[in-house]
Amino acid sequence: MNKAYLGIDIGSISTKGVIIDGQNRILASEYLWTEGNPVQAVKKLLLSLRGKFDPASYAVTAVGATGSARRLIGVITRATEVKNEITAHAVGTTTLYPEVRTIFEIGGQDSKIILVENGVVVDYAMNTLCAAGTGSFLASQSRRLGVAVEDFGRIALTSQNPTPIAARCTVFAESDLVHKAQIGHSREDIIAGLCKAVVTNYLNNVGKGKKIVGPIVFQGGVSKNVGVTKAFEAATGLPVIVDPNGHLTGAFGVAVIVGRKGAERPFDFGLAEMEFVTKGTNCDGCANHCEIIRVYQNGELLDAWGNKCEKGVSRTR
Amino acid sequence: MTKKRKVTFPHFGDYCVPIEYLMRQGLDMDYVTPPPMSKRTLELGSKYSPDYVCAPFKIHLGCYIEAIEKGADTLLQTGGVCRLGFYGELHEQILRDLGYQVDFINLAMANYSKPYTFYREFKKINPDLSLPKVSGALLTTIRMVESMDAADDYIRRNIGFEQEEGAFDRLRADFLNSLALVESQKELRYLAGNYMKRFKAIPVLKPKRPLRVGVVGEYYSVMDPFSNHYIEREMAKMGAVVARWMNISNSLFHYPKKEIQARIRGYARYNMGATSMATIERALRFAKKGYDGIIHIKSFGCTPETDAMPVLQNISADYKIPILYFSFDSQTADAGIQTRLEAFYDMMTMRKGAAATG
Repeated sequence: MNKAYLGIDIGSISTKGVIIDGQNRILASEYLWTEGNPVQAVKKLLLSLRGKFDPASYAVTAVGATGSARRLIGVITRATEVKNEITAHAVGTTTLYPEVRTIFEIGGQDSKIILVENGVVVDYAMNTLCAAGTGSFLASQSRRLGVAVEDFGRIALTSQNPTPIAARCTVFAESDLVHKAQIGHSREDIIAGLCKAVVTNYLNNVGKGKKIVGPIVFQGGVSKNVGVTKAFEAATGLPVIVDPNGHLTGAFGVAVIVGRKGAERPFDFGLAEMEFVTKGTNCDGCANHCEIIRVYQNGELLDAWGNKCEKGVSRTR
Repeated sequence: MTKKRKVTFPHFGDYCVPIEYLMRQGLDMDYVTPPPMSKRTLELGSKYSPDYVCAPFKIHLGCYIEAIEKGADTLLQTGGVCRLGFYGELHEQILRDLGYQVDFINLAMANYSKPYTFYREFKKINPDLSLPKVSGALLTTIRMVESMDAADDYIRRNIGFEQEEGAFDRLRADFLNSLALVESQKELRYLAGNYMKRFKAIPVLKPKRPLRVGVVGEYYSVMDPFSNHYIEREMAKMGAVVARWMNISNSLFHYPKKEIQARIRGYARYNMGATSMATIERALRFAKKGYDGIIHIKSFGCTPETDAMPVLQNISADYKIPILYFSFDSQTADAGIQTRLEAFYDMMTMRKGAAATG
């Protein structure tokens, strides 16, 4: 029996899972929508992954969780590593591309830039309070234009003359887009303009003040949009690598971390059939009213968090 | 003889302790400490503030309202070298519009180069004020602030390595409680010395070359842990030495203006106001001393600190030191902050590891 490691990346929009062997080879992977319910999404993920690898030759000996729901999912899957997504992405990419110097990452709600020297992360930045120029912005504009977001890139490439679209702010971009459509710009030009706007926004905000050096790897859901990739190449004057598994990098990265650390904890795919309930309550200990989250498995309390002081800790009910 | 005033000042870290001393001992007023800051403070403050004003304004307004509910009738506001200079007037106006009948001591009306003008402002509220008494209490207040700042500096550098979880926090709470009971400068001197010994006696287990993180940024948000989501503590608890120069002692009592201007000449030649120059100077110093990273903290929309950021980026590039930027408004979710801090810690660890082996 060979050891295998499961990495789960639960983002706001999508949930990704990867099972790797000791040589960091991907044995199984799955990508599905979170749909606002991370617990349900992970159950689905586990059911799917279970059928995709050979249980006779591999056993999952440890689990790692990353992404914005990492804490919750880490508790449920008894993960040995709960890692932030910035580190997970960096480790995933540097494992696959040891020469990489710059990582562009655009996801559903956030975007980041990671600078690497000799395989080590030396600097990073992440977008702040606003989701401008991320996947959810492209998705909402695609609905407005009546085009599937998956077709965006292909359509963008047919444009000869991308329409300039204000890139600074989502609200301005949207009104600019409506205006440009009404005065008669073609749909492919607008879509190409949007891809360009995402890139401009990214380089001016997240990439501000950072020296961008090749090789560049572009990942996250938006890297599936070839229009954005081309716009990145045009803006930086450098080739941009998109890995076919780029959308899985976070899950892959946290699986690699788990393998490196070597800690083991028995894992059972039967979790997918168990009942997990989360309850949010407001602590009445003081005026701060901390939002406390409790997680129950088959009616039994697994963990609780969210309180700022000792008063609020309750692991009993 | 008029009725004793019940004065209050917004929370600012734990500086309410020396401020209370000054009010009671020097100005012969009662002091109302605002309730501990909470989401309610933020909600109240945000509700009645202009949306685009910076977070400290909103927090102050929330503190005032909560202190008035506790019985305060006289509100104290300081002057300042940015928008803060106008805060007192605006707070007063908003509170009056809300129907609160309170008096305001607005130190923005005083002139910082003429200490006597402060006395004049306080005298408006309490005509029986005695100058020698005020001066004596002021001196003790200054010493009290210095002793707190010295203790906090030591705690930031060591709390990440305490052997017994909570040892520093417990002793610090004890220290503040004792400070609140001090009556003379002599007593204070003894107390401060005694507690400093006890802080230093707390067992810590520090690695030979621990991660070192320098913290710089805007006056209020950097010094007030509630405003910055206890970021220094979170960072330290991951296992790092946290250093910060900016505090009341260094900025108000011992501010080396000329030295600062001279040291950063290569990076900034004109004063960009408020704390921007000190931010740049400290960041440069942390970089030169080989710190592993810098955290820059400001409230959203703070102009002087926004102006300092391009300079920090130059320092970051020249000295190859990573800088993590935080901008706080009245948001309450900690998840995004935690993610960035964790990643910053991981990055510093990996860089240090690579430097040691490579």
